Amino acid sequence: MRDLEQTLREHPFLEGLDAEHIKLLVGCASNVVFKEGDFVFREGLEANVFYFIRHGRVLIETHVPQKGPIMIRSREAGEILGWSWLVRPYRWHFDARAAELTRAIALDGKCLREKCEEDHDLGYEVMKRFAVIIAELLEATRLQLLDVYGNSTNK
Amino acid sequence: METQQTSKHSDAAKQPDPMLVRPLQIHRIIKELGDTFSLILQPQDDDADFPFQPGQFNMLYVYGVGEVPISISGDPARRETLVHTTREVGTVTRAMRKLKVGDSLGVRGPYGKGWPVDKAENQDIVLLTGGIGLAPLRPMIHYLLTRREKYGRIVLLYGARTPEDILYRKDLEKWRSRFDLEMHLTVDHATGAWRGNVGVVTSLVSRSPFDPQNCIAMVCGPEIMMRFAVMELQKRGVADDRIYISMERNMKCGIGLCGHCQLGPTFVCKDGPVYCYVDIKDIFTKREM
Repeated sequence: MRDLEQTLREHPFLEGLDAEHIKLLVGCASNVVFKEGDFVFREGLEANVFYFIRHGRVLIETHVPQKGPIMIRSREAGEILGWSWLVRPYRWHFDARAAELTRAIALDGKCLREKCEEDHDLGYEVMKRFAVIIAELLEATRLQLLDVYGNSTNK
Repeated sequence: METQQTSKHSDAAKQPDPMLVRPLQIHRIIKELGDTFSLILQPQDDDADFPFQPGQFNMLYVYGVGEVPISISGDPARRETLVHTTREVGTVTRAMRKLKVGDSLGVRGPYGKGWPVDKAENQDIVLLTGGIGLAPLRPMIHYLLTRREKYGRIVLLYGARTPEDILYRKDLEKWRSRFDLEMHLTVDHATGAWRGNVGVVTSLVSRSPFDPQNCIAMVCGPEIMMRFAVMELQKRGVADDRIYISMERNMKCGIGLCGHCQLGPTFVCKDGPVYCYVDIKDIFTKREM
């Protein structure tokens, strides 16, 4: 538990969060390991968790009939994986699979949602941090959609 | 007086005419990707010496078709050959693609300002590039690795459309195996056996190990990618005068006379193609430019 608390306290995502709130988060946290090829979550299933990736890489995929899985994003050590737990209807929209041995801290999203409802200060802090992640992902997705290398030329 | 005139004349004689096209022979052709190829050029006589600064470009002339500006993409230490990597995108490059080993190509240059090799000394170096933008940066990578002790950390961040579109695979593998260069590669999307990074190249900036206060960032790729790259570098704390970008415009004369490549008050062929971001930031994001 001490290891979890220390890891969460030192994580840039939680920088500035007060000690009481960190303790609340620790109460919803557990260490998890995924072997290469393991699914971290599956499209359509209930989304009640998010992850602080400590080591390894997770690929976010979608399956296209006759084409197989298409990888659209990867999340690495130090990054947060998953935000569907925060938004109704709390379902994963994509598959996520470990590209290599991956260690992470899993945060129980359902437990955290309840704590955020009870303590709106905590709720606001969590929302502020996830808003940054969602905005970054939205910006990256827009850039991805532009297909910038499609028509590039040399000098 | 007479001596001075003679001296002036002899200096002028040493300077090659910037508009003079030199015929070079295609020594080798490398198919890099489906539509991208490298030409290795050598002179038809024995006079083989092509000094250039990393980041400069040449005008390549396909006889009877036209001339295009192409960055030099070889090792600046290997002055006996000229290497140009280009993509088949227009009439001239399509004709260039059809040339064979032994065919002749007109070359004039090198032109423009290159990467800031001196300012980069004792600094961490961030090389941020995407797609065929790796070509104008490859001479810089060779240059840095030849003088490795003069620079801090070297971080290469490279993005491609898919794993199949990754340029210079052999070079990338060689660089990845070095302990003194940190390389992060990403693709916009992937299928199959790919297990590497997926996402836009700009997303690599936040997790790369360099000191934003003591670094020089060199960015090359599609302009839209460079705009987002600059924003990410700024977010990381890199000052505008530490960011260099390589611009692309329709260059014709190569010496700042014709005005085709005008960018605000500058000419890309003469004042660029490599610019310090601080010098063009007011016009960089203006769509009218």
